[in-house]
Amino acid sequence: MPYVAVKGGEQAIQNAEALLKAKRRGDPAVPELSLEQIKQQMQLAVNRVMAEGSLYDPDLAALAIKQAWGDLVEAAFLLRAYRTTLPRLYYSKPLNTDRMQLQRRISAIFKDAPGGQKLGPTFDYVHRLLDFKLAAETNEFTAPTTAPVSVSESTPRVANTLAREKLIDPVGLLANTSSTHSAPTDATPAHSSDPPNGKQSYAPIPDPFDLTRQSLTTPTQRDARLQNLARADEGFLLAMAYSTQRGYGKNHPFAGEVRLGDVEVVICPEELGFEVAIADITVTEVQMVNQFKGSKTIPPQFTQGYGLTFGYNERKAMAMALVDRALQARDLNEGIDGPAQDEEFVLFHSDNVEAQGFVQHLKLPHYIDFQAELNLIRTLRREYGQAQDPSKPDAAPVDPLSADPAPEDTSVPSPTPDSQHMPQSPAEVTP
Amino acid sequence: MHPPTPTPTTPEPGFNFAYLDEQTKRSVRRALLKAVAIPGHQIPFSSREMPMSYGWGTGGIQVTASVIGQTDTLKVIDQGADDTTNAVNIRRFFRKVCGVETTEQTEAATLIQTRHRIPETALREGQIMVYQVPMPEPLYFIEPSRTEANKMHALEEYGPMYVRLYEDVTRFGHIAIAYDYPVMVHDRYLMKPSPIPRFDNPKLHMSPALQLFGAGREKRIYALPPYTKVKSLDFEDHPFTVESWEQPCEFCGATDTYLDEVVTNDRGDRLWICSDTDYCHQRQQQQTQTPRKLD
Repeated sequence: MPYVAVKGGEQAIQNAEALLKAKRRGDPAVPELSLEQIKQQMQLAVNRVMAEGSLYDPDLAALAIKQAWGDLVEAAFLLRAYRTTLPRLYYSKPLNTDRMQLQRRISAIFKDAPGGQKLGPTFDYVHRLLDFKLAAETNEFTAPTTAPVSVSESTPRVANTLAREKLIDPVGLLANTSSTHSAPTDATPAHSSDPPNGKQSYAPIPDPFDLTRQSLTTPTQRDARLQNLARADEGFLLAMAYSTQRGYGKNHPFAGEVRLGDVEVVICPEELGFEVAIADITVTEVQMVNQFKGSKTIPPQFTQGYGLTFGYNERKAMAMALVDRALQARDLNEGIDGPAQDEEFVLFHSDNVEAQGFVQHLKLPHYIDFQAELNLIRTLRREYGQAQDPSKPDAAPVDPLSADPAPEDTSVPSPTPDSQHMPQSPAEVTP
Repeated sequence: MHPPTPTPTTPEPGFNFAYLDEQTKRSVRRALLKAVAIPGHQIPFSSREMPMSYGWGTGGIQVTASVIGQTDTLKVIDQGADDTTNAVNIRRFFRKVCGVETTEQTEAATLIQTRHRIPETALREGQIMVYQVPMPEPLYFIEPSRTEANKMHALEEYGPMYVRLYEDVTRFGHIAIAYDYPVMVHDRYLMKPSPIPRFDNPKLHMSPALQLFGAGREKRIYALPPYTKVKSLDFEDHPFTVESWEQPCEFCGATDTYLDEVVTNDRGDRLWICSDTDYCHQRQQQQTQTPRKLD
């Protein structure tokens, strides 16, 4: 046989891998990127990969980014695949984000939030003008000094201010009232029930769902949804969140509080019987305050959407909080009109590792099923040809597309009605 | 005290006056002319990427950039205040790219860009108000498709909006829209006034100032020419009302202004002050008090 299209030998695969590595490295005359450089100077990429790879390890995330040519979805995939190999030793206690060492904390709902606002490092008020000075390589910038904030003090939550008047459901439990927590089918998380921390503004659920150990089934509980959203693809979440703001499932939120900082991770090994802090991790936490006009059983009050991500990941955390709130529609007896309110749609399509795999698998050979399809369509066309011209049982089938000058082609968009109703702006024709 | 008004500076080199190129400004002005000619009707325009994020007021910034001149005096407010971060930042931007004079005083301004408030001080002829609009389409939460919403505007099919308001009445006993309260402009177009509290809606009606609305992300411009009839939607038996407070402003004692609730500590103590910082300062000065500012 002169040519075998899709049967690849081991040699071909090895060559592809070698080519990939050489391409990744680029011009050998250019110094190689160090993992430390990626970790230090591409922190937001590292944070995104940690969040979507659902593994807090800046070194491994930097490695994954380097290996993936900077493709962050591929890097998250590498990290997830590695994560699989790690044994599960303990479940941590719920993070106490009240005691976060704040780098940034803003609230958009009160002019002067108790505990103060802290802008921190943010692009928000930076004019996005390309800084050509950065093209040079000897940049040194000094962080401005600010008065040290006392570390031991915990910063009160803005939502608590509303909770005191019972204007908001402080624990977000409205979203979990309608049904009891389903028993895990696959594995049971190892830790025991925690008494809700009195100062916490959201109560930990005993034995929360573990997405990495249990299969997600709908209808879901909020704990499962939040886990799914925490490692969901940022772009997908952003689009979903945005759609709720543009009217597809009305969801008008206020940013109650956005905080970024370091929190302690605490475990309580059963054999020890006391708590041990094992790490400090950086997280972004968002509490959105949403309107809720009440239902038959719940008086009007604000509800909340919640977002938490590893690292500095504000856009993701905000999108997560918006989508979390949208997904509470069923529990709050709201209409489910927009894609972002449909938990099956959102949860089963939000994972980029799953999505990229299934979309890209189309590159695998499909000649067996395609052959079956090909046989079928030839049969159908033969039968169609006979129906058109019964005198010729073996007549070559008529091509319906070329025979019919006006085929019903649904792929051609009809002229948009707004071109008739909306005056065209002269700006549209300006080059 | 007012912080000293910064004197005009030399614009940042390398950029055109007011950042946008002249062609773009001209195209925005054409959309503005059309918007003025059809009050309340949304005109598409080719919104540009600006050096601030969409949602930060890029629509208003493009409108301001297109109408501002060297002799203008610009005031920028956000939530009624001149000293909030976004207002400071936009003012800083225009000082940088225009070198125009800026002010915090409503009366001294020829051009006022605003997010969320109309100044308490009455506007006058010749002034231009520029609103930053996040969501220009008043029907979006009834009909999320813009194609369908355009048809409804064309057919003046505003029944569903009244139904929505009526549902509020049957459920709560009154219309439950606190801000961005829909208005009918010149008896023809349903319009969103951008998220001003409904307290400010009456100030839209027959205003002597030209009011321009820019929505950057949604690429729409609309306008209220001076002395345009603007009616807030309501029912005969449920007339439109504005909110009021049980206490005066803590600083200036005003009883007729929109007040901000300020939480002062974690015990839930709070006070109420004018959201319009300029108006509050003016009043305090007239009362010969030392003006107070919230730190």
